[in-house]
Amino acid sequence: MTADHGPTANPTVTPTANPTRDPDRDPDLAGYALALGDDALVLSQRLCGWVTRAPTIEEDLALANIALDLLGHARTLLTRSGQLDGTGRSEDDLAYGRSVRAFRNCLLVELPNGDFGQTVARQLLWAHYSTLLHRALAETSDEVLAGLGAHAALESEYHRMHADQWTVRLGRGTAESRRRMQAGLDLVWPYAAELFETDDRVRRLDAAGSAVAPERLRSDWALGVAEVLDRARLTPPGPDRPATGGRSGRHTEALEPLLAEFRSVRLQYPGGNW
Amino acid sequence: MTEPTPLPLSLALPLSRVRARVGALPDPELPVLTLDDLGIVRAVERAADGRLEVLITPTRLGCPALTVIESEILAVLEVSGHPGGRVRQVLRPAWSSDWISEEGRSRLVEHGIAPPGPADAPPTLRLGTGVPCPHCGSSATRPQSPFGATRCQSVLVCTACRETFAQLKAV
Repeated sequence: MTADHGPTANPTVTPTANPTRDPDRDPDLAGYALALGDDALVLSQRLCGWVTRAPTIEEDLALANIALDLLGHARTLLTRSGQLDGTGRSEDDLAYGRSVRAFRNCLLVELPNGDFGQTVARQLLWAHYSTLLHRALAETSDEVLAGLGAHAALESEYHRMHADQWTVRLGRGTAESRRRMQAGLDLVWPYAAELFETDDRVRRLDAAGSAVAPERLRSDWALGVAEVLDRARLTPPGPDRPATGGRSGRHTEALEPLLAEFRSVRLQYPGGNW
Repeated sequence: MTEPTPLPLSLALPLSRVRARVGALPDPELPVLTLDDLGIVRAVERAADGRLEVLITPTRLGCPALTVIESEILAVLEVSGHPGGRVRQVLRPAWSSDWISEEGRSRLVEHGIAPPGPADAPPTLRLGTGVPCPHCGSSATRPQSPFGATRCQSVLVCTACRETFAQLKAV
């Protein structure tokens, strides 16, 4: 979907990416898939910012791998959203053709990477959430969303293990690594609440068995994260005023430059083919 | 006899032959494996609209290799006398590395890649502790990074011969 990922960028050579009108048109489920797809797309692009800049070559590969997994999730979710909303928009239409305010990702994923500690802190909060989300999604009724959940659950578990290991390593490492890890955690913590924000629309989808209301993941998430922070000897930040708004299109100033970079090749070579 | 020899009514191969040809295609990322070794071909069948449809379960969602696999499958359908076919992805049940054939597993080892362990093993085993080294056979190996050169590989290191090697991830 981005220029960085080679031949997949061109929808004309990706038969499965061509949207077919879906008989079970469902605008609410489309909106749900869009929000999840935007989360994955924006975090994928963010993590790409570490390529050639990570502390070690293994870590460069790790973050790029995680970004590619997320891009795979985003492609599936955006394609499905375009089918369900009845407009027939493709994954590329949705990724490249919307204004910043039309993006529905949570603020956590658009935050700048900061230092490595801050990136690990975000990965910790995100991957514990995404593992629970994908497992629960696998049990829902939409063929594509459930298929995504089943496929992505183990990928997310690898991401979670990666974040857990780094959190513990940095938390119990040197005074400097510990200070940075705690500072990163304190900075991203208020943004976690938005992951679990659930509106009536999603609650209805959950009741009908076609989506996962994220509010029901929150207690398991809190337990899992607390256990890792305890092992890492880090202090869970206290309750803070939650930073939200992304789900309704109110983003931080960090998102627009990210999207501009993401779209730069597409704009320079409209309809480019390679 | 000036009459040209009439062409056979149909040059189209039967579905079982098409199925075999599709299954024998090499995987673009791991050409030592065929699509049947990977276990990703679910079926080759005639769809309601009369077109031939190949059902595949991707190993990874959004994997760049899928594009290549799909165009190669369509080319096989074409030369097998079934033009205008299509490829459809079946996402459930999700692909599991347990579906890789025994033959595929031994071919991976021959090429220096350790086959994946059981997908339902605990995480430490899935990350590759004690996996036999494909170079020297020692099981004194340990995981180096769960993320390797492609999304489907992790990196291990052998403490006996000191080589690093890739293992396909158990999923």
